[in-house]
Amino acid sequence: MADNLGTSPDEVQFRFRDDDPVDHGTVTVDSALEQTNANAVRIEPGDDARLLLPFLDRLALVEVNFPAFGDGRGYSAARILREAGYAGELRAVGDVLIDQLSHMRRCGFDSFAPDKRLDEDDAARAFATWENVYQRAADARVIIADKRHEA
Amino acid sequence: MYRYDQYDQAMVDARVEEFRDQARRRLEGKLTEDQFKPLRLMNGLYLQLHAYMLRVAIPYGTLNAHQMEALADIAEKYDRGYGHFTTRQNIQYNWIKLEDAADILADLSKVEMHAIQTSGNCIRNISADHFAGAAADEVVDPRPYAELMRQWSSFHPEFTYLPRKFKIAVIGSETDRAAMRLHDIGIRIVKRDGEVGAQFFAGGGMGRTPMIAPMIRDFVPLDQLIIYAEACLRVYNRYGRRDNKYKARIKILVHELGAAEYTRQVEDEFAHMLSVGIEPPREELARIAAHFAPPAFVDGPKTLDRSDPDFALWVDRNTHRHQHDAYVSAVISLKPAGGIPGDATADQMRLMARLAKQYSFDELRVMHTQNVLLPHVRIADLHAVWSALDEAGLGSPNMDTIEDIIACPGLDYCSLANARSIPLAQRISERFAASGRTAELGELKLKISGCINACGHHHAGHIGILGVDKKGTENFQLSLGGSEAEDVSLAKITGPGFDEDGVVAAVEKVTDVYLGAREDGERFLDTYRRIGMEPFKEALYGR
Repeated sequence: MADNLGTSPDEVQFRFRDDDPVDHGTVTVDSALEQTNANAVRIEPGDDARLLLPFLDRLALVEVNFPAFGDGRGYSAARILREAGYAGELRAVGDVLIDQLSHMRRCGFDSFAPDKRLDEDDAARAFATWENVYQRAADARVIIADKRHEA
Repeated sequence: MYRYDQYDQAMVDARVEEFRDQARRRLEGKLTEDQFKPLRLMNGLYLQLHAYMLRVAIPYGTLNAHQMEALADIAEKYDRGYGHFTTRQNIQYNWIKLEDAADILADLSKVEMHAIQTSGNCIRNISADHFAGAAADEVVDPRPYAELMRQWSSFHPEFTYLPRKFKIAVIGSETDRAAMRLHDIGIRIVKRDGEVGAQFFAGGGMGRTPMIAPMIRDFVPLDQLIIYAEACLRVYNRYGRRDNKYKARIKILVHELGAAEYTRQVEDEFAHMLSVGIEPPREELARIAAHFAPPAFVDGPKTLDRSDPDFALWVDRNTHRHQHDAYVSAVISLKPAGGIPGDATADQMRLMARLAKQYSFDELRVMHTQNVLLPHVRIADLHAVWSALDEAGLGSPNMDTIEDIIACPGLDYCSLANARSIPLAQRISERFAASGRTAELGELKLKISGCINACGHHHAGHIGILGVDKKGTENFQLSLGGSEAEDVSLAKITGPGFDEDGVVAAVEKVTDVYLGAREDGERFLDTYRRIGMEPFKEALYGR
């Protein structure tokens, strides 16, 4: 049975997708490996996101939990999934704060369900912090070095 | 040297505004102190014993006269008229008010400077050989690679909440003047059959568990440099320990996994990332390198008038061989006998700026030894430079001697310290300057840390001193035989510690042992390595 962990669509405060959100809870990574029909999974900081790579086709939602904002393992998990071609919803949940939003977005998160609702104006400012970026990441933005050498 | 274009400037300006906004939200109570702390730290702002401390980045230690003047202005406008240069080529201001911090950052951005990632669990300011682009023994100038990595590591979206801080140093000579192998990642730029590439070392560090970084890759091609660094960081971000802050540095991960297993994981990640393709375009490295083209050196006299013995001594001690034989690099000592290592007043900063403009192609370097360098001085101009320095109290002829002490701020400023380092450094340099034995001892690197975190690099001192708290009183452990150079080694503790008077006497005793035992041309470190610890122990503790 589904563990029914995770956040419901009502708890999602910011979403940068047009498709309908998954309407049920998520299962743990261990459960997802056993249940061939699971399409929503939740990654905890100590989980290896690469275990999910064989099943990416059937996943529509991956939640990455940040129990404490200072634990940055979820950023790597997100990029690993996007680098492997995962195109479903990637949701940051837990201790998600204003000042992490822009980096999370760059790592491939496209929805956010913070434990505590964030101030809308502050969040809008945070998402728009960087007009340009130095590094390639999961968001496919044209980086500064490319712009410098455009023909 | 590197100059910002509109993109670099916009990034730094955006960061100043972001910090202003964060400070506002903190004041409005929208951020708790726990939430605000990592944000202010990533902008270089620490809360110390008496006030806030602001650490300003000087990327790979390079700055121009205008920037040094701006640092002098900040010292006067927002601090008490001086600043403190650090072992990672930064400058710290010790008496800052929180409400001024955003304005200081704005002042810095006007001269292409910032305090980004000078603290916090992120990739810190990249350091480099302070003689880069000048040293006669240089194989490849490391600065373009350091700048490429500065940009890559600034606001890195994946690596801003690492297990712990992360320090990278880049050198381009066989000689190591940047303590490269005592960094989380050390990079030596090398040439193999005419091709330039990067040799990677990982997992070095000082602190409570000092480690020398093992080599993990002999040659990374230049167009894979960023990818390889990214792979090293990703393995660390995913698997570095987060359960115990004292075991969270990459050195513990590399040690626990073993260098071979860490390397294997990095190579796997690297192979994967090659397929993702994250390296900046090759032209970018060329664009950056063009900023570091050698200045227009001119031929001139290669010898000088040595009739003034004070000047001749300074030349012998404080100048370094240059790539062009009519030039030298000149070390400005921030270690006057009895002074505070690394401190400079605003007026001294302005003088150094003026000399750089007049005599060194508008360039200065902050050295990891807490001194300042004029990298390109004509031999013909040396006397004028020395005269000006000497008059301003900056002419101490003591580079790499026992007076050239590295010391952390210690209990005079730091909230982590167990003991004071500055007064001890002052007493030792005064003592040896007064006895006239400094010259006789030759190269002798003495380093003092006021606590186990080892900011004063005591593990890497030929003589190291560590201040500890022993039942409420300051106690000092003496160690011998460390080196941060290409002959890198970790110092060993001599035995029971000493009180402040006792450790000053102990330093004198071990130098006596050296003078009595040394053979021709041996430095203190060489003699120690030859005769071992016993004779020193005997002198210190024997009856």
